[in-house]
Amino acid sequence: MSVRDLEKQSMRIREWVLRSIAEAGSGHTGGSLGLADVFAVLYFQILRHRPEDPSWAHRDRLVLSIGHVAPVLYASLALSGYFPEEELLTLRKLGSRLQGHPGRDHGLPGVELSAGSLGQGLSVSVGMALSAKHLNTDWRGYSIHGDGELQEGAIWEAAMSAAHHKLDNLVAIVDRNHVQIDGYTKEVMEIEPLEDKFRAFGWEVLHCDGHDHAHIRSTLQNAPITPGVPTVVIAKTNMGKGVPHIENDYRWHGKPLPKKELESFINALYHG
Amino acid sequence: MDSNKQYHNLGDKPTRLGFGQGLKEAGQRNPRVVALGADITGSVNVNLFKEEFPGRFFSLGIAEQNAAAVCAGMALSGLIPVFTTYAAFSVMRTADQMRVSICYNNVHTIIGGAHAGISVGPDGATHQALEDIAVTRSLPNMTVLSPCDANQTHQAVIAAIEKINGPVYIRFGREAAPNFTPENTPLVPGKGQCLKEGEDITIIATGHMVWHALQAAYTLEKDNINARVINIHTIKPIDKEIIIRAARETKKIVTAEEHQVTGGLGAAVTEVSAQNYPVPVKITGMPDCFGESGEPKELMNKYGLSSQNLEKQCRIMMEQTP
Ligand SMILES: [Mg+2]
Repeated sequence: MSVRDLEKQSMRIREWVLRSIAEAGSGHTGGSLGLADVFAVLYFQILRHRPEDPSWAHRDRLVLSIGHVAPVLYASLALSGYFPEEELLTLRKLGSRLQGHPGRDHGLPGVELSAGSLGQGLSVSVGMALSAKHLNTDWRGYSIHGDGELQEGAIWEAAMSAAHHKLDNLVAIVDRNHVQIDGYTKEVMEIEPLEDKFRAFGWEVLHCDGHDHAHIRSTLQNAPITPGVPTVVIAKTNMGKGVPHIENDYRWHGKPLPKKELESFINALYHG
Repeated sequence: MDSNKQYHNLGDKPTRLGFGQGLKEAGQRNPRVVALGADITGSVNVNLFKEEFPGRFFSLGIAEQNAAAVCAGMALSGLIPVFTTYAAFSVMRTADQMRVSICYNNVHTIIGGAHAGISVGPDGATHQALEDIAVTRSLPNMTVLSPCDANQTHQAVIAAIEKINGPVYIRFGREAAPNFTPENTPLVPGKGQCLKEGEDITIIATGHMVWHALQAAYTLEKDNINARVINIHTIKPIDKEIIIRAARETKKIVTAEEHQVTGGLGAAVTEVSAQNYPVPVKITGMPDCFGESGEPKELMNKYGLSSQNLEKQCRIMMEQTP
């Protein structure tokens, strides 16, 4: 897919993120918008998957460790063809397959893991990547993490185990937007020097501009750099990217947007 | 299980050894079974599996939270992971991973809880898991197995792997303990076992306490008190029918477990009885306190986890509730 087409998919993902969260009346707007470009590249370029056959054995596995940005996952899945786009408007409603945090028990196609308690998804991805090696299959594991999430100790247990078991079929992506609910990450709990930490744990570290589709694509296509070494991609993003009122304002981490402002926000999304 | 025969000790054997042997047997039958270790592999007898199938054993180090969620990833990828360490860690350290990654995802994963109960002995309170039943029992989708001896623990692993298709917690102990159930008797999950008939009172026990319950019942019989003895090897889902029948027919229940009196077998039995056929229930177990160092037998006696105390509790209840 051309970069131009990937950019278009990102805009559609963002529009659905805004519409679904506005309709729900709650949800994590900022983080979902910030990851739209990474998700567009993953779902429309990088992942080996068959939306018409969600349990295809050879598919790559994407684990969303930060379940609270479920709206960006759901929009990407719908736009890939896993389920009708209109269903996105049932987000967080009683009886919906689109739970506030992804829940496999509700049967939404394409959801690989029920997750939401931070710090567990990397371990699950390690289990998947370890299984792929053990079963001699060539699918890859991708996991998506928040930067605040890296404050969880279990992340580093998982990181240690991925290097120990030489999981070069695992790519972890960190949404490095420097903010979390209480404020700036460096003020809540500093996670730097992040690259040094991952390197010390035996990982290859790649960086990309999380809003530059060509850069995201080339970075993900480069992994793994070294055989036997897991890769982390630190994607620099802006929370709320695309909607000027919201961008980089941490107060929008978990705030929905007022329904009456929805159309003006969507207009701003397409026309700046 | 036969309720007319008298059970004899076939020879003391630790339930952890039954676990290791059962795991190895299940591994021989199914190549998808893999084991995860957190450093104390020999102590929990998973070395038997590891030596037989080195390529199917994964060392995760002293990092139980990671290991539990790794299990979820493996189970979602078509393997049947068995993660075993001391119950104090495999359950209490991983509670969140068990809740979300394992139970909410409803994956077929076996968590082994070794060194459960106060009979761990000299290691003391930190290593004596006495809260694990309460935690695992409260998790949706979880099956909780607490077999009564080494032979049954062997069968519990096989049942967990071959008869259940969801998360399973298996609790077992450290010390050599009477091995009295017949070998090669398959465990039927969810089915309580009446090991001795009786119409005066019922002792409902789990784990090591089942043997003590039988000894208490055999002694009471000499005084013409006929105690029924029920082994609950599946604490969840619990066999409601066998409990309701005991309540209706014997009108009095004493429960016995190597666990806190809150949230364990006694609580589970009381929930069934109170809501279906209310009768007096005496719950014996750890009285909401931590354990301590000592020889297993000394500790069991100190905290009333003995046949003598069960016998006494039955006599008290017989007097209070004619
Ligand atoms: Mg963040």
